[in-house]
Amino acid sequence: MAENILSKKYKLVVIGGSAGSMEVILGILSELKRTLTLAIVIVLHRKKNGESLLVDLFSSRTTLVVKEAEEKERILPGHVYIAPADYHLLIEKDFTFSMDFSEKVHYSRPSIDVTFETAADAYGESLICILLSGANADGALGVKKAKEAKGLTMVQNPEDAEVSYMPAQAIAIAQVDLLVNGAEMGAIINNLSAQ
Amino acid sequence: MITDEEVDWLLSDLLEVYGYDFTDYSRASIKRRMSRLFSLDRFPSFAEFRFKLRNDEEYLKRFVEEITVNVTEMFRDPTFYKVLRTEILSILATYPLIRIWHAGCSTGEEVYSMAILLSEANLLHKSLLYATDINPSVLEKASRGIFPLSQMKQYSENYIQSGGKRDFSSYYTAKYEYVKFHEDLKQKMIFATHNLVSDRSFNEFQLILCRNVLIYFDQNLQERVFSLFDYSLESLGFLALGSKETLRFSTISTNYRQHSSKEKIWRKIS
Repeated sequence: MAENILSKKYKLVVIGGSAGSMEVILGILSELKRTLTLAIVIVLHRKKNGESLLVDLFSSRTTLVVKEAEEKERILPGHVYIAPADYHLLIEKDFTFSMDFSEKVHYSRPSIDVTFETAADAYGESLICILLSGANADGALGVKKAKEAKGLTMVQNPEDAEVSYMPAQAIAIAQVDLLVNGAEMGAIINNLSAQ
Repeated sequence: MITDEEVDWLLSDLLEVYGYDFTDYSRASIKRRMSRLFSLDRFPSFAEFRFKLRNDEEYLKRFVEEITVNVTEMFRDPTFYKVLRTEILSILATYPLIRIWHAGCSTGEEVYSMAILLSEANLLHKSLLYATDINPSVLEKASRGIFPLSQMKQYSENYIQSGGKRDFSSYYTAKYEYVKFHEDLKQKMIFATHNLVSDRSFNEFQLILCRNVLIYFDQNLQERVFSLFDYSLESLGFLALGSKETLRFSTISTNYRQHSSKEKIWRKIS
């Protein structure tokens, strides 16, 4: 694992969060350095509407480009993409997004599992997969898939999480690489970036 | 989890044995759906899954129904329906016969929504609603007009947000866990199988709705379907897409003008 971290081979960070994760995400974004060579994809459980508000809110915390992920869009380093409301966000092997309006997973659309699983499939060992606070089992299976695909898996320390259920579910079914407090995550991501 | 190679095998089986071409569908979604079906139906091995698909036509139906996404809603995106109601229908009202095509209609929830709009605008009697899908079993469901009672609260809220004034329950009769929409809404609906990948245009329309279908296609296939729609749309007709879909990158886009900046409705201007 230490070797993984030093090798700086990572290209994509996927972050999943539900109840209690917003503050952590805002904290991560405000830490990210402007020369970040990684792309960030954020999947957040929320109500159907209000995506534009999230873009504005996240943009206010970082100099990186923040946008809602678009259908067939190519994933670029230094960009922060938000999964749109009410669609699953999938990542294709050619590093583009596609969307899907299939059944909710763990009562959620977008589902964290769906994005994590497809990201693991597309990025393999160049993926960093981060699961934050939440009251839902979504994301746990995705963390497991990311680990199996040799990505780096990072879960918010349940004691640090506002709602510990979601990180605890991931820890229960996957050999998670790192348990991290929310406040430390931004710095870790910066360190894993190539420059 | 099914491997990429196995996905390729299934896709070529579908094409070779049954003539269904899913090769230009977005791969991540189709792979996920295949993996889901594989575990849902508890196949002991991939070989048995493949054998079943190749040799059992009944299973083919289930397979196609499951790998194509058939999740839909009545009055999905109420603001979209509000624009149809307040801006588009009054234009369509000037035609003696209104022809509408719901391409990839799935189980028909949006077709019934449209019938309700037309009926409230007193236009249903002079409309024809063509509802097509690649998949005969979802069309069968659509033609029955029977939907789960559990959905009605959400649909009723959508209906009201779309500008609906009536009591939504006046459109159906509830029985046990299901509701049946009234027969008069169905009078002008024509259900037919149509494959957007391989089939041609079959009429000319003033409005084509194809919402949340193109997201499953790759760009080549999207382009092909856009040409099909262009060919099937009368001059000054409307094309309506899903909220994350766009005509912007298509070669036909120069002949179209987006009707409103918020809703994904384009008008054919040349």
